[in-house]
Amino acid sequence: MTDDIKISIRNLYKIFGNNPAKAMEKVREGMSKDDLLDQTGHVLGLNDISLDMRDRKIQVVMGLSGSGKSTLIRHLNRLIDPTAGEVIVDGEDVLAMDDTRLRDLRRFKMSMVFQKFALLPHRTVVENAVYGLLIQGIKEDEASKRARHWLDRVGLTGYEDYYPGQLSGGMQQRVGLARALATDADILLMDEAFSALDPLIRMDMQGILLELQEELHKTIVFITHDLDEALRLGDNIAILRDGALIQTGDGQDIVLHPADDYIADFTREINRAKVVRLRALQKPLNGAVPAGDPLADSMVLEDALEAIAGAEGHIVPVKDASGKVTGQVHLADAVAAMHA
Amino acid sequence: MEFLTEFPSLGRSDLSAIRRAVDGAFREFTRTWGETIEAFFNPLLRFLVWFEDVLLATPWPLIIIILCALAWAGSRSWKITLGTAICFVVIGIFGMWEDTMSTLAIISVATLLCIVVGIPVGVLMARYDRAQSIITPILDVMQTIPSFVYLIPVVMLLGIGKVPGLLAVCIYALPPIVRLTNLGIRLVDKQVMEAAEAFGASYKEKLFGVQIPLALPNIFAGVNQTIMMALSMVVIASMIGVQGLGVPVLRAISNQYLALGLMNGLAIVALAIIFDRVSQTYGKRLQAYRESGHD
Repeated sequence: MTDDIKISIRNLYKIFGNNPAKAMEKVREGMSKDDLLDQTGHVLGLNDISLDMRDRKIQVVMGLSGSGKSTLIRHLNRLIDPTAGEVIVDGEDVLAMDDTRLRDLRRFKMSMVFQKFALLPHRTVVENAVYGLLIQGIKEDEASKRARHWLDRVGLTGYEDYYPGQLSGGMQQRVGLARALATDADILLMDEAFSALDPLIRMDMQGILLELQEELHKTIVFITHDLDEALRLGDNIAILRDGALIQTGDGQDIVLHPADDYIADFTREINRAKVVRLRALQKPLNGAVPAGDPLADSMVLEDALEAIAGAEGHIVPVKDASGKVTGQVHLADAVAAMHA
Repeated sequence: MEFLTEFPSLGRSDLSAIRRAVDGAFREFTRTWGETIEAFFNPLLRFLVWFEDVLLATPWPLIIIILCALAWAGSRSWKITLGTAICFVVIGIFGMWEDTMSTLAIISVATLLCIVVGIPVGVLMARYDRAQSIITPILDVMQTIPSFVYLIPVVMLLGIGKVPGLLAVCIYALPPIVRLTNLGIRLVDKQVMEAAEAFGASYKEKLFGVQIPLALPNIFAGVNQTIMMALSMVVIASMIGVQGLGVPVLRAISNQYLALGLMNGLAIVALAIIFDRVSQTYGKRLQAYRESGHD
């Protein structure tokens, strides 16, 4: 385990039913999810999940409904207890924590944003935003000051005294985000946080999140069923199906090398130009550096295309993060990558 | 054939032995504990007497002003406030002022007692399914058993007077507030509760910060029901020595005084309507945040 792993999940199982321990034995003996349901009436919610989440990065967990993704995220702060396995946060086993320790974890280290906002309907926007701070035991004045700061950051200045019911979904979720950010926790758990929003508002919220992340560098665990969203936000993406992890990798890995047909189906409709970065397309230099300014290898195809098409000989040099020219990209490869 | 047509019941002597045993045991219990229990309820009696005296000693215009102010504070409605004033003036004109004050006193104290006992019990039921499964049948019994039946042990234990009357009223009026507190807390949005949990709220913080505030409209409906049921017990309570509007009604029944019965009956109705409207509009105002805008 390297140092920059913030959250580590090891062989996590969750079985729903009357006697999970007994069903667990059957699963260990190799019984499949369907057989388990047929023969014992137990549902295998999570099946041997192991996943490392890096510090200060956005880890997306993607899957369709019923894939276990919301169950998985609730194991990180133990809103759900696993049947077997380990969850380690900052080197500490969450499952070994007593009530006090667990409460402190939830108060200070992790905060959460919910799909259906889960705001307190009887409290105003600012009273909602201070919720986590008051529970941390922070004085009302100070808490209110901090909450207002975060409300301002998510663009809700002027709405402090409204009730959640008076706001649109997008604005309610901004309150949810401000409430989560205000606690100053390192880890932000986002359970389908933007799924209930209209597409345009969703894009908007994704933008806000990325903007904040550039500055805050929190460890974010983001659950979604939307591949576009996963690709836009995720530094790393894990795909779940039927409670099992079927692929992990960055967005480009998943689009260019889907692990199976299930994922390939997902990725078919994706606009690759927005995902594929020059790094994946570059060819060796062959001694000569093409003319023109080098492009960053982290640039996505969509942004680079114009420059490539306008370059002399339709070929551009590519540089890495340190500025060193490492390769070149030809227009033909770029166009081919968009169709593959 | 006799076995089928005649139910094989216990013999007459057996039955009377059982009855005698139960009665004897309870009488014994009364003799040993009666005074202790009476002493236990003494503060309640003194409070009730004091409250009734205050109501009767206060000049009637002041009482009407206070009642109208309460109606206004609860409902913020001129109609209801004005209606309250008119009702009490008419009650006074028809010579029922003192009885009405007595009834008001016992209803207020009974309601207060039910709130103090009922809300914690409801909270307990909401927290533990076990508590719910034990308490629910008890509430069923309290609500359905004919009041005359529990008047017997209450009177045996405490005699005739205000406290046994108050207890009889409370036994009947307590269930709705307990039930609706329990229900209200259980109906609180699971997702909001999960959010509170995820932010590390303790049980107390969840109870007072989330559950009770969100259950308040339901709890208030319970208070409203409790008041209504307490009022409906006024006549029965007067049978065991509670002063108030029930006494003339009782007299009217035994003497066939139609007008007397009707007047006092209508006064009870007037009180009920005032309490109901004020507490309902107050309950509605409590959830004003739900109505504003879209959800």
